[in-house]
Amino acid sequence: MTDTTHLNGGEATAPLVKRLGPWIGLAALLVVLPMIFSTNSAIYTMNLMGIFVVFALSYNMLLGQGGMLSFGHAVYFGLGGFMSMHLVNYIEEEIFVLPIFLVPIFGGLIGLVFGVIIGSFSTRRAGTVFAMISLGIGELMAASSLIFVAFFGGEEGVSGDRTMGPNILGVDFAQDIEVYYLIAAWAFVTILLMYLFSRTPMGRMANAVRDNEERAEFIGYSQRKVRFISFCASGFFAGIAGGLFAINFEIVTEENLNAMTSGVVLLMAYIGGVGFFIGPIIGAVVFTLLQTLLSNYTEIWQLYVGVLFVLTVMYVPQGLTGILAMHGPAFRMQRLGILVVPYIRAGLPTALMLCGIIGFLEMIHHLRAAAVGETGMSLAGIEFDTHAVMPWVVVVLMGSVGAFLTKTQMPQLREAWDQANAPLASDKGVTS
Amino acid sequence: MSELLFFSLLNGIVTGLLLFMLASGLTLIFSMMGVLNFAHASFYMLGAYFAYTISLYVGFWLGLILAPLLVGVLGALVERYGLRYVHRWGHVAELIFTFGLAFLIEEVVQFIWGKETKAYHEPEILQFSLFTFFGQDFPAYKAFMLLVSIAIFIVLLLILTRSRIGLIIQAAITHPNMTAMLGHNVPLVFMGVFGVGCALAGLAGVIAGPALGTFPGMAVVLGSIVFVIVVVGGLGSLTGAFVASLLIGLLQTFAIALDYSVSDLLAVLNISVDAESALRDLWALSLPQVAPILPYLLLVLILIFRPTGLFGKRET
Amino acid sequence: MTSAIALKGVVKSFGPTQIIRGVDLDIRQGERHAIIGPNGAGKSTLFHLISGRYTLTGGSVHLKGEEISNLPPYEIYRKGLSRSFQVTNLFPQMSVFENVRCGLMWVKNYRYSFWHLVDRERDLNRRVMEVLEEIGLANRQHVPAGVLTYAEQRALEIGIAAAGGADVIMLDEPTAGMSHSETDQAISLIRKVTEGRTLVMVEHDMGVVFDLADRISVLVYGEIIATDTPENIRNNKAVQEAYLGAEAEHA
Repeated sequence: MTDTTHLNGGEATAPLVKRLGPWIGLAALLVVLPMIFSTNSAIYTMNLMGIFVVFALSYNMLLGQGGMLSFGHAVYFGLGGFMSMHLVNYIEEEIFVLPIFLVPIFGGLIGLVFGVIIGSFSTRRAGTVFAMISLGIGELMAASSLIFVAFFGGEEGVSGDRTMGPNILGVDFAQDIEVYYLIAAWAFVTILLMYLFSRTPMGRMANAVRDNEERAEFIGYSQRKVRFISFCASGFFAGIAGGLFAINFEIVTEENLNAMTSGVVLLMAYIGGVGFFIGPIIGAVVFTLLQTLLSNYTEIWQLYVGVLFVLTVMYVPQGLTGILAMHGPAFRMQRLGILVVPYIRAGLPTALMLCGIIGFLEMIHHLRAAAVGETGMSLAGIEFDTHAVMPWVVVVLMGSVGAFLTKTQMPQLREAWDQANAPLASDKGVTS
Repeated sequence: MSELLFFSLLNGIVTGLLLFMLASGLTLIFSMMGVLNFAHASFYMLGAYFAYTISLYVGFWLGLILAPLLVGVLGALVERYGLRYVHRWGHVAELIFTFGLAFLIEEVVQFIWGKETKAYHEPEILQFSLFTFFGQDFPAYKAFMLLVSIAIFIVLLLILTRSRIGLIIQAAITHPNMTAMLGHNVPLVFMGVFGVGCALAGLAGVIAGPALGTFPGMAVVLGSIVFVIVVVGGLGSLTGAFVASLLIGLLQTFAIALDYSVSDLLAVLNISVDAESALRDLWALSLPQVAPILPYLLLVLILIFRPTGLFGKRET
Repeated sequence: MTSAIALKGVVKSFGPTQIIRGVDLDIRQGERHAIIGPNGAGKSTLFHLISGRYTLTGGSVHLKGEEISNLPPYEIYRKGLSRSFQVTNLFPQMSVFENVRCGLMWVKNYRYSFWHLVDRERDLNRRVMEVLEEIGLANRQHVPAGVLTYAEQRALEIGIAAAGGADVIMLDEPTAGMSHSETDQAISLIRKVTEGRTLVMVEHDMGVVFDLADRISVLVYGEIIATDTPENIRNNKAVQEAYLGAEAEHA
């Protein structure tokens, strides 16, 4: 968990372009995206992505920045969502007059309030105590939400209508694309704010407490207060994500604050890489893509996500961003070219192996789940009979041949990797 | 009233002892390895599913023996090739690993056995009512569960207090580094304890499967409760786990059995409430309704006011 | 003049065992004071008691006349006492630069601010660079503290402790495990960064002690048996007996 993506302090006066460049790029990307991917399902996916990006980043304020492992972060997301939904309903009944696009800030304030209340006792200790309290609070809230039907709406949840607010500049959020720009704007602002937070004295001390909570006390900071402030800020941003969720889906249910959602946000942040600011962004994007795209093609997508998650924890604890960052030194030395051919040579058999494994799993699933008598299945456009022997031979061959070939290609890949990363004589001690 | 008390007490003890079978393994694993195993209840679920599949071919009784063994071996493999590998990334990674494992096992179970509840039943010779008390039946299978749980409890107690390996384990609980110095193969002991802990969870699954249902969500239902027990009892304390298991078991059965609501309480205090107010759910709240949240409330309160748990000596 | 640190009847027990058995000690402002004693005499424990890492079982601790007994470490730090650790105790994943900057933030009055951007605080960053120059780590500023060499980590340890400009600096075995040349460098570094301040140090290396200290206290089995100038300590019969005798027992 190094902060390699941050500018380090000595470079305080990096050129303006370098500092603002990524942000201008992000803004432009957010504006342009729906023009490239303009189908309804693409907009749907991107809206969900935006919400999850904010949610996952807020989670990483705890785990990656502050060293607090939470199993109940959905509480702030869900409560922000429920309160926002109620607010939307009040706006509809004209009890309040508030433009809809300001609702997320209300969700954020709710997240903040609950962050203050719960953080006041849960941040006393880090480590396992914190993790267990967060789990307990999460379960407590999830169970309560099914009891207090008047507020949480029971199993059906609370729904509302986002189009009934005061109409500003002719935008009534009846179209998904309007909601897209609302989410994009909020995502941009919150990403910027969360990044800036990490660059304040408070954000730096959050890292310090994560690294060594005891020493932080000997340089003047109360570890508890540092964790508390991080926790409140995290709750605030999670609440904003919840508010965006409420506006986007016009329904919030118990599921949005239960353990499943808490698990999903941990998964997103971890797969993306908790040691990097952009890690959770990448994680949220990848997860949403997996969820929406994969679920179109296969019923067992969650199995794949589970495998991906466990493999990530075991072999790539730095996450996907970590893999990208590993290429940093080679990139700076302009040696990435060396890796292209070895990657292809190792990648093709790996892909073959994966195809074999996936085919095998899908066929088993088909055997078990398909209606009785239905033996034909279609995979990647190929029709075949799962009760015949041939398809099984094919997938097993693909898997084993792929695995064998991958193994033969590993030495050359390792060699190329060492060659690409061999330090220049001038800089030693740079870790990858 | 007395029959209600009697049956609630009996059911509470059955549940409590079942929970202890899970909690004892979890707390042993935690105190020795410092890992809170999120996937512990998943091994419980695997026990039930394995036993179900085995019982289809060779019957319930062989399943009762084979399934826990299988689960134990699987647990040992997870420790050897999973946890020990992840250990190098630190504590948080270990926790997250077991968390991911729990997720994965649930998916694998759905993949292999499907989403629906399996028809895993108690054997026919146990399908009768052991006795009838105040017109209420007490099924023989529950008595069987009780017997198995007590037997396991006694065996565990004997092993831990009387055998050499038990002494090593106790030493490892209190002084993990010292044991290594004394020349014991700590990694092997770890693997063994993890395997045995998982096997115990598997056994609990085998006997709970027919009574509580064998379905993919059964791990989630029990998983957090077992965590509550381990924390409330005090991490690393077997006595604490035992007391907390019974406490939670009784708490849950009694809360369900005693149908009182807040308005009853308010009626006793002579306070009347408006049935139409937004807080109406609060007034109508009854004990059976809040039963599911009581353990978590207990957990949070314990962690705030007594982080060592009831019997624990060290903070989590 | 009030003393920089005054201990009055300080007692510390762990369970039934008394580790510190009634220590009275006055450390004058501006002096370099060394605490020596055989292994297990309680030197580090005494440090932890003064700096707030352990709670007192009895007695009181005063910093510049103000009682600081049992305050949390951060309160004591804010009153002007800063310390280093015997076992290196840094922020391993953060860069050397960030380590020093964190050590400066409270005294530069940023507190828990989330409205300043650290990279834009020129004064702060300039001061960080000065400290890095002083401790000789300027060229290593971007390296994570966790990958520094041992001697570099020790220097950073002292740098963090001294960066904030506290009036009283306590160093716990600053030269432990160092080679001769490294020790010499460390001594001159300590001299430089503690210029004009009160220094309290625990040290095993008698060369360092007699080189640096104005006064020495000898702690044996939880009691101070003598406090005096280096020459007088050298000639003190009781010290020789107790200290060297105890050393001999250990060996």
